[in-house]
Amino acid sequence: MSKVASATLRDSLSVSLTVGAYGVAFGAAAVANGFSVLQSCLLSLLTFSGASQFAVIGVIGAGGSAISGIATASLLGVRNALYGVIMAPRLQVKGLKRVIAAQVTIDESTGVALGQEPRGVDAMRKGFWYTGIGVFVFWNLFTLAGALGAQAMGDVRAFGLDSAVPAAFLGLVWPRLTGNFERALAVGCAIFAIAMTPILPAGLPIIATAFIAIAVGLKR
Amino acid sequence: MTIFWVATIGTSVLAFLLKFSGHSVPERWLSHPKIQKINALIPIALLSALVAVQSFSEKSQLMIDQRLVGLTVAIIALLLKAPFPIVVLSAALSSAAVYNWL
Repeated sequence: MSKVASATLRDSLSVSLTVGAYGVAFGAAAVANGFSVLQSCLLSLLTFSGASQFAVIGVIGAGGSAISGIATASLLGVRNALYGVIMAPRLQVKGLKRVIAAQVTIDESTGVALGQEPRGVDAMRKGFWYTGIGVFVFWNLFTLAGALGAQAMGDVRAFGLDSAVPAAFLGLVWPRLTGNFERALAVGCAIFAIAMTPILPAGLPIIATAFIAIAVGLKR
Repeated sequence: MTIFWVATIGTSVLAFLLKFSGHSVPERWLSHPKIQKINALIPIALLSALVAVQSFSEKSQLMIDQRLVGLTVAIIALLLKAPFPIVVLSAALSSAAVYNWL
């Protein structure tokens, strides 16, 4: 294997394993929020986008309607569409390959691909496929393990799973809080959601913050 | 069909349609700077709201319990630049300790 290819493979594998392992947290959290093991695994296989998956189980678990769960998850999935726009001209795939490419278009596969830019477009393509498929395999295996583990636990609060879910969300948002503006938006949305929770139907206080983001983004 | 099935299938279908649309639409449609900016802000808003609601509510009621300890520990772990699994694990362990022994 050439030097470039092995460096790309190394990047892809290390990302696949570490990110895939978070699947344990998702599987456990999904079961803790009332989803069956089968539903948890289907979410990882079919939705295959960490933040969206956590969002739908979080909203439903908090008593929200199916619509608010789906809407929150889908708003978080919009960025995958933008990744597709970036990747499509580089991948140049059609038919079934394009369907598979779309399914594995997530933060990590796009991130690793863009990281390979100095190594050329062929390395970008390899980085995308290795990482996309790698994360897919590990994420799904670990989801099953986490879901089965949580099912065996009984009272999930005794194992701290009720805190693992918000901690996971916090871990996902933390790297995005790069400046004072982002931090202020985060704190503002958190306070807004808490303040609206006793007033609005469950799920709506969360979705409403997306409109705050849109309003702020348009003004800026 | 239960709410869990509706949510599982609905989320999955829309997630795929969003991914596939990105591979199918002309680049100029989604590359507008305003769209890029909003796209960066939406996850911050939604994820922060989810952290808050998941930490301080049960159904539609506000409450403070062991999860506050878990959240505090998670923040400390993040400030210490701990990796994601450590953040989640330390939050879970501290919260479980309070729930079981206090």
